[in-house]
Amino acid sequence: MNRSVLPRPDLERPALLDVHNVSRLYGPDKGCQEINFRLHAGEVLGIVGESGSGKSTLLRVLAGLEAPDAGHVAYHSANDDTLDLYAISEARRRALLRLEWGLIHQNPRDGLRMGVSAGANIGERLMALGQRHYGQLRAAGQDWMGQVELDPGRIDDAPRTFSGGMQQRLQIARTLVTRPRLVFMDEPTGGLDVSVQARLLDMIRTLVRQLGLSVVLVTHDLAVARLLSHRLLVMRRSRVVEAGLTDQILDDPQHAYTQLLVSSVLTP
Amino acid sequence: MNGYNFAYLDEQTKRMIRRALLKAVAIPGYQVPFGGREMPMPYGWGTGGMQLTASILGSDDVLKVIDQGADDTTNAVSIRAFFQRVAGVETTTATTSASVIQTRHRIPEAALSHGQILVFQVPIPEPLRFIEPSEQETRLMHALEEYGVMHVKLYEDIARYGHIATTYAYPVKVDDRYVMDPSPIPKFDNPKLHMNEALMLFGAGREKRLYAIPPYTRVESLDFEDHPFEIQAWDECCALCGSETSYLDEVITDDAGNRMFVCSDTDYCMTRRGEVA
Repeated sequence: MNRSVLPRPDLERPALLDVHNVSRLYGPDKGCQEINFRLHAGEVLGIVGESGSGKSTLLRVLAGLEAPDAGHVAYHSANDDTLDLYAISEARRRALLRLEWGLIHQNPRDGLRMGVSAGANIGERLMALGQRHYGQLRAAGQDWMGQVELDPGRIDDAPRTFSGGMQQRLQIARTLVTRPRLVFMDEPTGGLDVSVQARLLDMIRTLVRQLGLSVVLVTHDLAVARLLSHRLLVMRRSRVVEAGLTDQILDDPQHAYTQLLVSSVLTP
Repeated sequence: MNGYNFAYLDEQTKRMIRRALLKAVAIPGYQVPFGGREMPMPYGWGTGGMQLTASILGSDDVLKVIDQGADDTTNAVSIRAFFQRVAGVETTTATTSASVIQTRHRIPEAALSHGQILVFQVPIPEPLRFIEPSEQETRLMHALEEYGVMHVKLYEDIARYGHIATTYAYPVKVDDRYVMDPSPIPKFDNPKLHMNEALMLFGAGREKRLYAIPPYTRVESLDFEDHPFEIQAWDECCALCGSETSYLDEVITDDAGNRMFVCSDTDYCMTRRGEVA
């Protein structure tokens, strides 16, 4: 196998996402505060922590959906600009979300248009980019349905006729069809049963490798984090309590809360 | 007529609507909010169009009102009678001699000329509404020109029916900027919007929005490269005047399934037959 075709993280380039002292609080210790980290191209960063620890708030701030109270987020864009996410116009920020980023919601119903067919869902981001050829849109739809292990023959079916796991895969296809550089995932396997979860995780891992995606992954499930992410941030009560390589954190947790988290995982 | 101001609306209201109209003309295709008034008929019967007509009408204007192309249908007759009564303006059914034409669902077949004004009655002014229920969000989408979803609807049509099945209220892009709902005119009339010599005003009474296409404005119907925009065509010609180029209505003539096709534009049909309505 020719190893040179595999995309590798290029550490010489500036970080894709540079998060500096970001805070967004709804109340004392509710939300996220004093968050600092860098995300490099091709890296999968997991954010773990209990419910209410501020993971999803942080994700919304990173994805440009919610302005932080303090601090800034710098994004290194495809045309080699470094953008301060909350200094640029809303138009530019939404364009980024549409063109260079992807957002995968926990509930596929939040990320899909339930009223239109699977093919239209996959084609929507392409159409937003200016793709105006029906035949090509349809071919892309069928191709991506195959890639996420859905039957391409069901391209004209409405998302509500799909099972939960299939809807989640459809949402992933819809997001990845434009080949985003950076994908935000909020509990992508939440609410699915264990066997479906395992297959979905396997698929996400394959796609992330194939496409060389950079991912910010929010999850409360350490098994998901272990399988997908290269690095981990552990959050508790709005702060990052521990950060490092995934295996290092899960095999040798230093902070008391991380130790509790790791020891409370049930192993059959 | 005593007790009413000229053309029913008070002067302040007409000024307010005219100001909104100026803005609409300055930004072709942009939906301008206005303070809609109660009119003496229900929403959905053309209150938006009537308020615009009332605001632009002068005593020397000649008014024509059509409904589905016809001058003699209920809606057209009553609105024409209304303005005759409250404004005392001259009315006509001849497209060429009218200076203001209020219309529902059609653009007249006869070419409009510079100086004429066409007023449309609009039920739902927001072309993005079918996919985005939030008004705040649709306004933002217009502001940022996020129009990808408009093609989602056309895509769905082709996926379901094999062709673009939208036949009326077919979305257009005005002057390369705003996507606009041309009110429920058949897509047959969409090409007439492009570079038309007349001023076209659109009023939605319930939604309290108005918008405009100034004369000589580029108007382009949305489509796909491999499924280009097409207008309706008929195998028959008009049973009364023999026209092969006009928009035809199918009329059932008896219980045995007999039918005939006639021009929907009555003035056009009668003029061709040499009759004066």
